[in-house]
Amino acid sequence: MTEAGAAHELVDRLFREESGRSVATLIRVLGDFDLAEEAVQEAFTRALEVWPVQGLPRNPGAWITTTARNAAIDRIRRAKRLVEKTEELRRDVEADSTGGGASGVEMTGTDGIDDRLRLIFTCCHPALAPEAQVALTLRTLGGLTTPEIARAFLVPEVTLAQRLVRAKRKIRDARIPYRVPPAELLPERLDAVLRVLYLVFNEGYSATAGDALIRRELSAEAIRLARIVVELMPDEPEGLGLLALMLLHDARREARTGAAGELVLLEDQDRTRWDRVAIDEGQGLLDRALRLGRPGAYQVQAAIAALHDAAAQAGDTDWREIAALYGRLVQLAPSPVVELNRAVAIAMADGPEAGLTRLDALAGDERLATYPYFQSARADLLRRLGRRAAAADAYRAALALTSNDVERAFLARRLAEVERSARPN
Amino acid sequence: MRYLVLIYDEDTANPSPEPPDPAVWAQVMGDYNAYSKMLRDRGAYVAGEALQPVTTATTVRIRDGHTMTTDGPFAETKEALGGFYMIEAKDLDEALELGAACPGARFGSIEVRPILDLPPA
Repeated sequence: MTEAGAAHELVDRLFREESGRSVATLIRVLGDFDLAEEAVQEAFTRALEVWPVQGLPRNPGAWITTTARNAAIDRIRRAKRLVEKTEELRRDVEADSTGGGASGVEMTGTDGIDDRLRLIFTCCHPALAPEAQVALTLRTLGGLTTPEIARAFLVPEVTLAQRLVRAKRKIRDARIPYRVPPAELLPERLDAVLRVLYLVFNEGYSATAGDALIRRELSAEAIRLARIVVELMPDEPEGLGLLALMLLHDARREARTGAAGELVLLEDQDRTRWDRVAIDEGQGLLDRALRLGRPGAYQVQAAIAALHDAAAQAGDTDWREIAALYGRLVQLAPSPVVELNRAVAIAMADGPEAGLTRLDALAGDERLATYPYFQSARADLLRRLGRRAAAADAYRAALALTSNDVERAFLARRLAEVERSARPN
Repeated sequence: MRYLVLIYDEDTANPSPEPPDPAVWAQVMGDYNAYSKMLRDRGAYVAGEALQPVTTATTVRIRDGHTMTTDGPFAETKEALGGFYMIEAKDLDEALELGAACPGARFGSIEVRPILDLPPA
């Protein structure tokens, strides 16, 4: 790579990490999402010119925020808005800079609340459509570009751009307040934030279709944002639980795909390739969460992941405990998918027949009709019971429902196996 | 900022042929009076009215120079508009808080929409 190319990449990476904070502060200071984003964009252009020549600033985040703020003020002046508006802004910005340390612009409001918290709660406001919440969070706090987000969610770029425009417009026109919600609203609003992060992580982890690299970026981004939430709200057990859950799952990433990019089941994974540091961190966070004594769905899911990660070999897995935890999860967050996972755990603990009975009891639920894992779970149990023809039917049904190339390859292999052994010699 | 709080419910869309139970009616009126008072006490009340049943509605449209007048609301919907309030709130969260406190929220749907403030002519 050329020197210019390397410099561009470095600036790019630093901006990715630091710009969310700047955008968050500028939205508060400027009172406008678009103006804040454009200002940070201008700062990025400036950085590309200046940093390779003058060297990296000691505090890149502060540099970005100050440069962007000045760019915004220039822009407003240039747009010949009312003189009073510029004065008002300058007053606000100067008021914020008293005590602002090296940055000149305080990264928190006068109440000391980190602007990133304001931003994430605003992006995840219930008045915004769920897809918009995800897109806006990734764009403003995550610093992902519109094309990156569009690719990740398999949505045309134009559609995603429109989604972002509409969301920002709604925030402005309906006057969604830029703040951390008050105590009485906080539990439900925090739920929404965690739900968005969980969705992003899952999108990156399970890969419904397509590009493996984008997936990895999404999971990493979800973890990074979850870390911010935990850092800013250290006594929220479900926040801790969610971060733990993400780390405990992500720890297995390297072992999940084989040399040819094929899917490797949990029971077949090379556990030496699991990231033990991530597992330890996840376990530590889970312990911290549980000590707070307010159980919740993410904590339970993290506990299940921790049990898997604790087993040195697949045969050491404590399936009975996992089944019990799924039973707990059914109470906290009932869903046919949770019931499905519980049935699979019971099959592991008590044998395939027990699991299959439970699965067949779920067959009537139409929400599972389009869920490929229901069919693939049935197929697996039928295969283990030697009911090969029925297993083949179920594998075929699963294949019809999944669009992920890696998973399709796996199911096709299994189908071929059962068809081979079902054929009379 | 002003918001409109629109009260939609199924009873308005599909009123029962029986006259309302006086006790139930008194309860509903009491709830709405309390709500209006709460809004006024907070300085949030701008306006508020109940509408007569949807059977009293008439819709008028002009297309290609022809005036079309039809019996009924603009569209047949599962829930229909039964009344409204106009409130003053500092932001959407406050408007939603006030909208949620409306008695209609418990069995109908409350739409909260900001008023478009146009510059004076």
